[in-house]
Amino acid sequence: MTTIDLGLPGLAGVPTSDEPQKAKDYKSDQEVRWCPGCGDYVVLNAVQSFLPTLGLKRENIVFISGIGCSSRFPYYMNTYGMHSIHGRAPAIATGLATARPDLSVWVVTGDGDALSIGGNHLIHTLRRNVNLKILLFNNRIYGLTKGQYSPTSEAGKVTKSTPMGSLDYPFNPVSLALGAEVSFVGRALDSDRKGLTEVLRQAAEHRGSALVEIYQNCPIFNDGAFDVLKEPGEAEQRLIPLEHGKPVRFGAEGEYGVVRAGFGSLEVAKVSEVGEEELVVHDAHMTDPSYAFALSRLSTQDLRYTVTGVFRSVSRPTYDDQARAQVEEAKATRAANLGDLLRGKDTWTVV
Amino acid sequence: MSTGVGGGGDATGTTRPAAVTKLDRVVIRFAGDSGDGMQLTGDRFTSEAAAFGNDLSTMPNFPAEIRAPQGTIPGVSSFQVHFADYDILTPGDRPDVLVAMNPAALKANIADLPAGGTLIVNTDEFIKRNLTKVGYDANPLDDDTLAAYQVHQVAMATLTQGALADTGLGKKDAERCKNMFALGLLSWMYHRPTEGTERFLREKFAKKPDIAEANVLAFRAGFYYGETTEAFAVTYEVAPAKLAQGTYRQITGNTALAYGIVAAAQQSRLPVLLGTYPITPASDILHELSKHKQFGITTFQAEDEIAGICAALGASYGGALGVTSTSGPGIALKSETIGLGVMTELPLLVIDVQRGGPSTGLPTKTEQADLLQAMFGRNGESPVPIVAPQSPADCFAAALEATHIALKYRTPVLLLSDGAVANGSEPWLIPDVEDLPDLGVEFATEPNAPDGSFWPYLRDPETLARAWAVPGTPGLQHRIGGLEKADGTGNISYEPDNHDRMVRLRQAKIDGIPVPDLEVHDPSGKARVLVLGWGSSYGPIGAACRRVRKLGLSVAQAHLRNLNPFPANLGDVLRGYDKVVVPEMNLGQLALLLRGRYLVDVISYTKVAGLPFKAEELQNVLTDIVKGVDAA
Ligand code: SF4
Repeated sequence: MTTIDLGLPGLAGVPTSDEPQKAKDYKSDQEVRWCPGCGDYVVLNAVQSFLPTLGLKRENIVFISGIGCSSRFPYYMNTYGMHSIHGRAPAIATGLATARPDLSVWVVTGDGDALSIGGNHLIHTLRRNVNLKILLFNNRIYGLTKGQYSPTSEAGKVTKSTPMGSLDYPFNPVSLALGAEVSFVGRALDSDRKGLTEVLRQAAEHRGSALVEIYQNCPIFNDGAFDVLKEPGEAEQRLIPLEHGKPVRFGAEGEYGVVRAGFGSLEVAKVSEVGEEELVVHDAHMTDPSYAFALSRLSTQDLRYTVTGVFRSVSRPTYDDQARAQVEEAKATRAANLGDLLRGKDTWTVV
Repeated sequence: MSTGVGGGGDATGTTRPAAVTKLDRVVIRFAGDSGDGMQLTGDRFTSEAAAFGNDLSTMPNFPAEIRAPQGTIPGVSSFQVHFADYDILTPGDRPDVLVAMNPAALKANIADLPAGGTLIVNTDEFIKRNLTKVGYDANPLDDDTLAAYQVHQVAMATLTQGALADTGLGKKDAERCKNMFALGLLSWMYHRPTEGTERFLREKFAKKPDIAEANVLAFRAGFYYGETTEAFAVTYEVAPAKLAQGTYRQITGNTALAYGIVAAAQQSRLPVLLGTYPITPASDILHELSKHKQFGITTFQAEDEIAGICAALGASYGGALGVTSTSGPGIALKSETIGLGVMTELPLLVIDVQRGGPSTGLPTKTEQADLLQAMFGRNGESPVPIVAPQSPADCFAAALEATHIALKYRTPVLLLSDGAVANGSEPWLIPDVEDLPDLGVEFATEPNAPDGSFWPYLRDPETLARAWAVPGTPGLQHRIGGLEKADGTGNISYEPDNHDRMVRLRQAKIDGIPVPDLEVHDPSGKARVLVLGWGSSYGPIGAACRRVRKLGLSVAQAHLRNLNPFPANLGDVLRGYDKVVVPEMNLGQLALLLRGRYLVDVISYTKVAGLPFKAEELQNVLTDIVKGVDAA
């Protein structure tokens, strides 16, 4: 088991503000237009309360979104923002983050936006490790287009477009991100303000791409999709919270834990049966993604178990830092003389 | 003296046994297998012509496959160079000299060689197997198939191997230098300076000095061969051209375009982010720009065409100059993002190096069939300015002009190059950096609205450009996006009247961009027929007009560089002639626009063969029309 030190703070280079900030400083003057009871409200509030704690200059924060209900998010933030086109937010944000090291760039996306039409951009952004924080609002449905199944809907889902049940096998977004070489991936529930804020904090501090999957309820088209994770009595049996350096343990009394199983996989066991010393101690900094992947597989589509917290957080050079370093190196070692460039090596003169 | 090429000396100073004939222009075509290095050979010959001071124009022609099956017709690669002692406009309709390195090259090109033309063949490849492969039942060198030509049979591979016998190089490696032998021979025939090629070879193979020396030896061997055998009775001289004063270099369209972007970075004092995806024939722009990071240029090779343009737009949003480069299929993929650029009113340079279509089409061949795609290929009313360079060297100025429009009017701009312009080359009068236009932009730094806040869609009354505040500017936080904006505030608006107003404002902004008036060239002042082209057909149209005028007829020529908006005087120009002929390498796209806009029934002459127009073909078309009008 190797661990590496997280040396690069995610926000290095972004100017800070001395003035105290409040959540309301981050609210724009635009009327929020999500449906009543939508999980997006809770996340918006959590983000608006969390950002002041970073102490950044507000004008140096940018939210870029795609298309979908959650992608209206930037309009409600009193920061810079762009509501772009379907699926492309990570690509637009890549250009912005590469051009501007002084910005804290956030991407807001949904399960359709990020995993269906924008799947290609998502995986390539993650593998490049662009310094972006991607908030993936997963409600397992298409909301804005009124209720078609999404790439995270359970197979067999009956929707307007699938009256006989959907045929697609769903993505596990955390597994997908790990397969795409992500350097940081976490998960939180919209209703868990504390857990969400903690994942956001770690994501913000991470230098590189951070994907945060947020289970978000859509009361209109997929109501109660995550209710079993919120019901007292049920939630404790299902939610497996992660904390770096701590044994992975859950249950109302901490009676369950995660232990190693065959072929590098993990499974849930009763602590009383296996003994405390057998429990896996969570290490988010492990270079090899296999462990984080095994953790991600504990979360099943039926929510029998759902792992939350930060699965993986490793340090790896970011695309944008390296791209800028190449430009700086070229500037330091080669003269930028336009006249010389235009003349080139072989010229002739007509007199 | 037989030391002509020795010691890096100038070979043109040697005494030669052959008689010297003076010519005003020559077209040479080097043709061989894709693996024979014909592009390099042609390129070097071109550099020699340039160094000598000729005017020149080139046309490479190569297969889309990297290594098509050896010795086959689809695998033939050729490079045509036209050089002259006066200003020329095209790479030439037909070669005067054809160099054929194998039977396939002969078969694919011989039809273009006029009777009496010079044919130089590498006899070593004319063996039964190679002949059969391309359908020659008998060796055309042995019968009278080639009787109409002046044929020079040279065993280039054997002679090259002989010359390199002492170098210790393997037979195969030695044989690979035969293209340099051919270059040496042609250099001798046309009194070309040689030191540039020797220097080039030593630099190119700096890491493999033995290969460098072998190529230099092969090059010299070809030169000596011409000098010592008596097979070549005549050599030819083409004097330097009397071009306008100044310092020149040879340049291809893609390189000139890349340099235009470097210059735009410098003149705008903005960092450049090129977001792009490899595609023929545009990739060389990426290759070139990736070498010039010291000018503040970042090149991002994205996962696809869409990500390329999105990253460029993201960079523009951050206050950089976003650029994306592609060909027609890539534009199809980028359309939605161009639309986002139109809606968010951000500067963006979109380069389309057109190639044969539809679909994958003819990747390495040229066409002008993306004009309507550039003009209309997006959802909604989505106007963008269009600039089309008319020749390889013109790509430099076109890139600067397109960038100027993008930055000043906060809009995506389509720059329509094409395969002929991109890969062709010509002399370029190198501009003085001091004379380049300033492209500086002013970002918004202060609130601008009546209520003391910042409205991103308040417009400059003159240009209609919106206020551009970049992230990081204190107090001006705002949100933009693809949804319709309220005029002024930029907030989301679904108001019917507002949408109608915004659609018209976006159109008016583009329509109002001042572009230079169309200039008409009519030396006689009496022409009743105008020929109007756009883009890379400038050369062949110009050459055809010269020929028509030589026949004593009058024809006027004008060329459109700005296709959106059109020059303000275009309608008047069109109405001033009895007939207007519009030659295009498509099925009449500009003609459609002209008819629709000006109700002038232009004569559309079209050809979509993947090759540039020939001057002769246009000459015939124009002659007929001019005679018809004159007779009427
Ligand atoms: S449709 Fe669903 S996700 Fe969309 S705003 Fe309404 S509740 Fe929220």
